[in-house]
Amino acid sequence: MDFVRENSDLFLDAFLTTLGLSLLAGLLALVLGTLLAAMRVSPIPPLRGLATFYVETFRNTPLTVVFFFIIFGLPQIDFVIGFFPGAVLSVGLYTAAFVCEAVRSGVNAVSGGQAEAARALGLTFGQSLREVVLPQAFRTVVPPLGNVLIAMVKNTSIAAGFSVSDLSSLLPRLVNADAGDLTLVLVGVVVGYMVITLPSALAINQIERRVAILR
Amino acid sequence: MTTPVLFDVPGPKARRRIRIGTAVGVLVVVAIAALVLVRLAGNGQLEPQRWAVLFDPASQVPQALGQALLRTLQVAIVGMVLATVLGLLLAVGRLSEHRWVGVVVTTLIEFFRAVPLLVLIFALYFLLPKFGIRLSAFWALVGGLVLYNAAVLAEIFRAGILSVDRGQREAAYGLGMRKTQVMTLVLLPQAVRRMLPVLIAQLVVLLKDTSLGFIISFPELLRGARGLVEFFTLQFGNQYTFQLYVAAAVIYIAINLVLSWLARYAEGRTRRNAKTAATTPTELPADVQMGGGGGVIPAAR
Repeated sequence: MDFVRENSDLFLDAFLTTLGLSLLAGLLALVLGTLLAAMRVSPIPPLRGLATFYVETFRNTPLTVVFFFIIFGLPQIDFVIGFFPGAVLSVGLYTAAFVCEAVRSGVNAVSGGQAEAARALGLTFGQSLREVVLPQAFRTVVPPLGNVLIAMVKNTSIAAGFSVSDLSSLLPRLVNADAGDLTLVLVGVVVGYMVITLPSALAINQIERRVAILR
Repeated sequence: MTTPVLFDVPGPKARRRIRIGTAVGVLVVVAIAALVLVRLAGNGQLEPQRWAVLFDPASQVPQALGQALLRTLQVAIVGMVLATVLGLLLAVGRLSEHRWVGVVVTTLIEFFRAVPLLVLIFALYFLLPKFGIRLSAFWALVGGLVLYNAAVLAEIFRAGILSVDRGQREAAYGLGMRKTQVMTLVLLPQAVRRMLPVLIAQLVVLLKDTSLGFIISFPELLRGARGLVEFFTLQFGNQYTFQLYVAAAVIYIAINLVLSWLARYAEGRTRRNAKTAATTPTELPADVQMGGGGGVIPAAR
C-alpha cells in the first residue's frame, strides 16, 4: 500500500494529463473535422480537393508518424512546439480526418429532399448547410462520431512515446517497481482509461436517444 | 462522392463567385505551400544533395530503410496471420453453444478492445518480464497487435458468419454434417470470402499500428529512420533529419494507399462474384480504422 500512497500524485497527474489532452484534441478534431466535411461537399472544387487530400493523407499515415512531424518536423520550419501542445495538435489533426468522414456520411444520409427544399426557399449553400443539413447530419452520426472520439482517447496514449507524462507513460516510468506493484500500475492505467471512455460511451448512448429523429 | 443536391447548377453570377472562390482557395494553398518551402529552403532543407542521399546506395541509406521496411512488413504479416487465426477461434468461441465459453470469450474480446493498444504492448514488454517471461521487442509488438486485432477481427468474422444465409446451415445439418463440419466446411468459407475486403482494410490499420514499435525501440521503419538520423547527426550534424522522416512517411502512405486500393478491388470482385453478390458492402467502422484501440459502445455494433 506504501507504493500506492507514494505514487498517488503521479497517477492523478497522469490521469489529468490524459483527460486534458483528450478534451483539447477532441475539441480541435470536432471543429476542424466539421470544417473539412463542409469543404468536401462545397461547390468550390479546390476546397473539395484540398479536404479530400487532407483526409486521404491522414487516414493512411500512422498517428506515430504525425507525432513525428509535429514534434521533430515543425522545428525544421522554425516552428518550435512543446510536447503537450504538440500532442494535442497531432491527435487533433489526425482525428479530424476521421471526424470529417463521419460527418460527411451523415450529410449524405440526410434525405435529398431536405437540401432541395432549402434551395427552393432560396437559402445559399452556407445557409442550407448550417440551418438545414448539418443539424440533421449530426444527429445521425452521434454513434460513429462518439466511437471516433473514444478511439481518440485511447490514441492519446501514443503521446507517452513523445515525452508527455500521460497515463500510458506510467508503465515505463515505474518499470523498476516489483511485479505486484507494476501489475497494480497496469490495472490503474486501464481503469484510468475506462473512467474516461465508459462514461463517455454512456453519455453518447444517452445523447443518441435524446436527439434521434423519429422517421 | 459528394452530394450535388446541396447547391444548384451554378448560373453566370454563381459561376463568377465560384471562380473567385477557386482563385482565392488556390492562392491560399499556394501561399501556405510557398511559406513552408521558403522556410525549408531558408534552412537549406531543399538542397538536392540532401535528398540524393536517400537514393544513393553508397550511403547505405536505401539499404537501411529497406531493411527497416522489411521488419515492419514482417511484424505486419506475422501479426496479421496470427490475429486472423486467433480472431477466427474467438469468433467461433463467441458463437459457441456452451454458454460459459461465450461469456469468457466475450469478456476477452471486450477487454482487448477497451485497452489502448500501446498499453497492451507496454504490459507485454515491461510487465511480463517481472513474472519471468521475457519477450523481445518484436514479440511484444506482435503480441499486442495480435491481441487487439484478433478481438476486432473476431467481431468482423462473427458478423460474417451470422450473415451467411440460414438455409446454408440448415441444409448442411440436413445432410448430416456435424457441428464442426458445418462451421469449417460451410459457414467459414463463405464468411471469409465475404469479409475479404474488410480483412485487407484491417491490414492497413495493423500496418499503421506497427509504427508503435518506435516507442518500444523496435527497429521498424520509423525507428530505422530515427536511427539513421542519429547516426548522421553524429557525423555531419542534422543535415538529413527532415529528408529521412519524409521518406519514412512517404513509404507508409504509399503502402497503405496500395492496400486501400487492393481492398476496393477485392470489394468490387466480391460484388461481381455470383457466390457473394447478394452481400451488402461492408466497411470497417471509423473507430477501427483509426487504429490504436477501437470504440466501446456495444449498442453501436
